[in-house]
Amino acid sequence: MMLNRYALVQRNEVSLKSIMLVPLVTFILALLGSMVLFGFLGAPPLGGLYRLLIDPLSSAYNISEVVIKAAPLILIAQGLAIGFRAKVWNIGAEGQLIIGAVAASVIPITYPESQNVLMLPAMILTGMIAGAAWAGIAAMLKTRFNASEIIVTLMLNQIAMQILYFLINGPLKDPMGFSYPQSVSFPPVAMYPLLSGDGMLRANASIFVVILLSIAALIYVTRTFSGYTLLVGGLAPSAASYAGFSAQKAVWITLLIGGAAAGLAGVGEIAGPIGRLQPTLSPGYGFAAIIVAFLGGLHPVGILLAGTFMAIVYVGADGAIIDAGLPPAAPVIFQGMVLVFYLASFALVHYRIVRIQPEARA
Amino acid sequence: MKTKVGNPPPLLRLQNITKRYGTYVANDSVDLALEQGQICAILGENGAGKSTLMKTIYGIQQPDEGEIVWNGEKVAVTSPSVARDLGIGMVFQHFSLFETISVVENISLTVPGSLPELSEIIRQKADQYGLNINPESPVHGLSVGERQRVEIIRCLMQDPKLLILDEPTSVLPPHSVKQLFETLKKLSGRGVAMLYISHKLEEIRDLCHSAVVLRQGRVTGTANPQQATSAELARLMIGHDIPTARHAEAKPSCEPALAVSDLVYDNPDPLGESLDSVSMVVRPGEIVGIAGVSGNGQSTLARLLSGEIRLQGDEAGSIRIFDRSVGDAPPGMRRQLGVTFVPEERLGRATVPTMSLADNVLLTAHRAGLVRKGLIRRRQQADFADSCISDMDVRSRGRQSIASSLSGGNLQKFVLGRELLLKPRILIVSQPTWGIDVGAAAMVRQKLVDLRDTGTAILMISEELEEIFEISDRIHVMYHGRLSPSVQARSVTAEDVGRMMMGEFDQTMRAA
Repeated sequence: MMLNRYALVQRNEVSLKSIMLVPLVTFILALLGSMVLFGFLGAPPLGGLYRLLIDPLSSAYNISEVVIKAAPLILIAQGLAIGFRAKVWNIGAEGQLIIGAVAASVIPITYPESQNVLMLPAMILTGMIAGAAWAGIAAMLKTRFNASEIIVTLMLNQIAMQILYFLINGPLKDPMGFSYPQSVSFPPVAMYPLLSGDGMLRANASIFVVILLSIAALIYVTRTFSGYTLLVGGLAPSAASYAGFSAQKAVWITLLIGGAAAGLAGVGEIAGPIGRLQPTLSPGYGFAAIIVAFLGGLHPVGILLAGTFMAIVYVGADGAIIDAGLPPAAPVIFQGMVLVFYLASFALVHYRIVRIQPEARA
Repeated sequence: MKTKVGNPPPLLRLQNITKRYGTYVANDSVDLALEQGQICAILGENGAGKSTLMKTIYGIQQPDEGEIVWNGEKVAVTSPSVARDLGIGMVFQHFSLFETISVVENISLTVPGSLPELSEIIRQKADQYGLNINPESPVHGLSVGERQRVEIIRCLMQDPKLLILDEPTSVLPPHSVKQLFETLKKLSGRGVAMLYISHKLEEIRDLCHSAVVLRQGRVTGTANPQQATSAELARLMIGHDIPTARHAEAKPSCEPALAVSDLVYDNPDPLGESLDSVSMVVRPGEIVGIAGVSGNGQSTLARLLSGEIRLQGDEAGSIRIFDRSVGDAPPGMRRQLGVTFVPEERLGRATVPTMSLADNVLLTAHRAGLVRKGLIRRRQQADFADSCISDMDVRSRGRQSIASSLSGGNLQKFVLGRELLLKPRILIVSQPTWGIDVGAAAMVRQKLVDLRDTGTAILMISEELEEIFEISDRIHVMYHGRLSPSVQARSVTAEDVGRMMMGEFDQTMRAA
């Protein structure tokens, strides 16, 4: 067995340079891999890649679409990553996004004619509190009864969805909406201002919120003592207990942060591209953000890049399927390849391959 | 009883064994020869390459250069099973027994044969070598000494010609050490050769026929342990004389710093240690030692004192720090009162293995001005880490070194340095020199004595009796969750304490 002769040995020190190289190497390998695959599928390899990766950046409209998709991915991933570093596994961002959006939408639905400029800030605040409260249910069950936060957050996704369906078919439904399950359109004060004056592009000011929160996340994880205690809890629970860092507090902090970020992302959807409450608020941003968080190395800067990248692939996928004749699975395969190559290069940065001395028979 | 075999080929000969880990040379051209029945001590500081050499002989790893000659034939020991087939057995420092099953079931996992057959062989071997053990006993009920006997019997089941023992006495009370030595001498008399790793020079002089000294991966000398003095052996080992801790009479004040009264704790874990009515007092300016074989409740006691296990509110008064009831207080609040802790697990509890030394400083030193308004002050953090490293002579590649890359001794120096820099009024330290070399151990003990002389109250939990005697002022013994009354370290003999370690304080001491 050839493989028996090699072993992975942990490196003592990992250089920053090699960590920075990981995404680049990942990207190049994924490009090469998909060119080969697209070739086998009978599509022109370069054409497919062009549609998937370059086309989304080739026009102002497409770039604006990328920004719209990147915003929720990055926001949610920043929140989740803080929890993942502490080994608190919140996989209920989708539900937290929905609850944040539903709670925030109550304001514009109640005052559809309002011109009060404080409406959007009020929605943002409401959405964050509601998302955090929804995640807080998992935190309470975890700290009180030691219920797995993985299961609880996952199941709360379904409950959130049903709450949305109930409200959108009942109290929050537009009475003039020809019985479509959707709310009234929000007034302009309930919307993020668009970036372009002419209204041709959908990208809006929520991107500044994303950038601000990413900076806040960066400061939180690298500079604050609170961020440090969470990391210790994730890496070595006994050391956290020895130092007196409360594990329960860590569960609360991380789930509340994650929920608030997802709730904020939910507000970004209804107060942005959607403009009302409707049954589908997210194409699975809450789950895709888990991949973004890990692709970004659970680091705020990495997440910013990874989220943008995932958004490009999202936008490019539509064009690639229609124009380049790729099967619908191709973009997913490309995402999968990125993840696999990322994990492999990440492992090689932290471990090195050592050749074991050839064995002689005794 | 030196056994000399006239015929030239020795049982085992190592020629030019070299083992590298990257650029680090763990073994550098090591030569060694061993006759039948010979007990050879392998001496050396931590990191001298002893364990690497033993792992090479036992086939856990392969040498980069050099050869192993067994009975005059060159062999490649590619795995422990090859080693066992050759007749090489190894008794590890940390036991590899499953707690929930019986002795014979444990042995049947590696030795073929039906349970009744194996039980019979175990009884025979036990009789033959004075290893008193019941094959049907479940392992979790066995003492450490008994567990070690099981390990030795497991090796003997395969009729080994060479036995490797890695610090076998580090976990034994004095009484069991004597028994172990009788067994080993019997084995040697029957022609079994032994490689015996130990830090304890007195034992080596008592047991071994020859001694090989390793330093920085090289053989730096050989000695006849029966003729050399302990001081001479120590000098060979570390290259200079070891200082013993200066230890003047303690001048404790009378107000207790730490007072434990009638502390009872029922461990919810059935395999965990419970405590039964533990009482003691530690005053500023004295070192109180708690002796006893590990597993008698010491680690539970340490966690109750540190706050890692907390008592219910109504029992909180059984632990008092400067006369404040703290039994239900979290660790942080106790540290605020001036207590610091050095636990026995350095990696994973006292430090985060994957974090740098600089980040590990924050773990407990964040109170010492390293955090302001919730933000970490990098400059102060770096200075604190550098002070730890230089004060305690921690050998590392600086404060950015990852904790797990340090050797046990250096990491312990780092942890102790961190806790000392916090200027504790009370220091609670568990197994301060466990598995670290004599040079580092001497330094650690001296630091503890120095700290005591500045008026700090020190509680030291240790199973090394020599250490307890070297620096304690008063000694308690822990046995089956109970704590003996204290005795003055200067007026008690090792034999008395040894008896107390077997639980003989209940009748005699309480009556007295």
